Amino acid sequence: MSEPTPTKKARGSVVIMAERCKGCGFCVEFCPTDALDLSSQYNAKGYHPPVLARKDNCTGCDICGMVCPDFAIYGFIKKPTKGH
Amino acid sequence: MVEEQLFDEEVAAPANPIESLLRMDRIPHIWCPGCGIGTTVNCFIRALQTSGLNLDKVAVVSGIGCTGRVAGYLDLDSFHTTHGRAIPFATGLKLANPELKVVVYSGDGDLTAIGGNHFIHAARRNVDMTVILVNNMIYGMTGGQVAPTTPLNATASTTPHGNFEQTFNLPFLAESCGAVYVARWTASHVRHLTKSIKEALGKKGFSFVEILAPCPTLFSRRNKLGDGLDQMEYYQEHAEIRHGADTKTVGMDFQS
Ligand SMILES: Cc1ncc(C[n+]2csc(CCOP(=O)(O)OP(=O)(O)O)c2C)c(N)n1
Ligand code: SF4
Ligand code: SF4
Ligand code: SF4
Ligand SMILES: [Mg+2]
Repeated sequence: MSEPTPTKKARGSVVIMAERCKGCGFCVEFCPTDALDLSSQYNAKGYHPPVLARKDNCTGCDICGMVCPDFAIYGFIKKPTKGH
Repeated sequence: MVEEQLFDEEVAAPANPIESLLRMDRIPHIWCPGCGIGTTVNCFIRALQTSGLNLDKVAVVSGIGCTGRVAGYLDLDSFHTTHGRAIPFATGLKLANPELKVVVYSGDGDLTAIGGNHFIHAARRNVDMTVILVNNMIYGMTGGQVAPTTPLNATASTTPHGNFEQTFNLPFLAESCGAVYVARWTASHVRHLTKSIKEALGKKGFSFVEILAPCPTLFSRRNKLGDGLDQMEYYQEHAEIRHGADTKTVGMDFQS
């Protein structure tokens, strides 16, 4: 896992459909900025859905959305990044 | 119960980009926790969305199996055929409607065991279609029986002492039969996989993308390989990316 590079203001965020999640952990593992954790709470099916635990890390890259086999999360960019 | 977690800023979140191509009334799907098939669908939808194809002219055909369910979840013209017959159905579809982009999306058992003959002849005839094959190394849906893709020595429900039959090397098979585009990725290589599917969709002629994907319920568990996440991590650690590889050299062993 690559080192998280915290930014002052997060460039991206995620939407999590917690009830759709089956707790596989793919999103947590493959997030390149280590922004997600599995929640200690359960959803109605008995799985631990992810939470955006380090929201400042999130770049909105949507890798979590691509790996999620249950279409339960996706990332989006909040505003365009300036310059380089 | 966990509340649906919302984004924290004033900006409204855009709608999930892939939902427009899913039959949302059928979601949640039937696939097990940690099954890789859903991940491949994500990549396929993103590839379609950036392909520039007219989605009204894209048809998806599946056979039977857990992967065969894909056609039923896609909000495209899609058809769930009988076991092994996705390719002949798709061939007829293409011949009668040459303007269609026809995609076959099915499992390793469906496409290379019962449907193996159709696979080699469609490649030989260079039928203009894209075949996406999810290889979980067994028949998932029916209980984890051995498939032509099961690695040597791996345990399946029908090979309790280990598989003793040689394993198909599918990129080599497809290329030697005449496929114009051949690739193998894993469900963990989401960006590469999406790009590869997009490339395949852009080809004229028989294009083929094989995707290794975890079946934690019936393959990984029986072979003591952990869960879906363990399989995805294994792919990341051990898969070697070789563009332009000699397909003869890309056969797979049991990971054990
Ligand atoms: C003619 C016929 N024979 C056998 C079956 C039983 N059957 C259903 S799915 C399947 C194998 C599916 O394996 P694969 O294509 O690898 O799909 P997976 O479930 O692994 O995704 C078999 C043998 C059937 N439905 N029809
Ligand atoms: S959008 Fe990217 S950075 Fe944000 S949580 Fe998802 S994978 Fe991590
Ligand atoms: S990848 Fe999807 S199903 Fe798996 S834990 Fe994350 S949100 Fe849940
Ligand atoms: S049995 Fe295997 S292939 Fe079928 S849904 Fe479950 S994990 Fe996926
Ligand atoms: Mg299979």
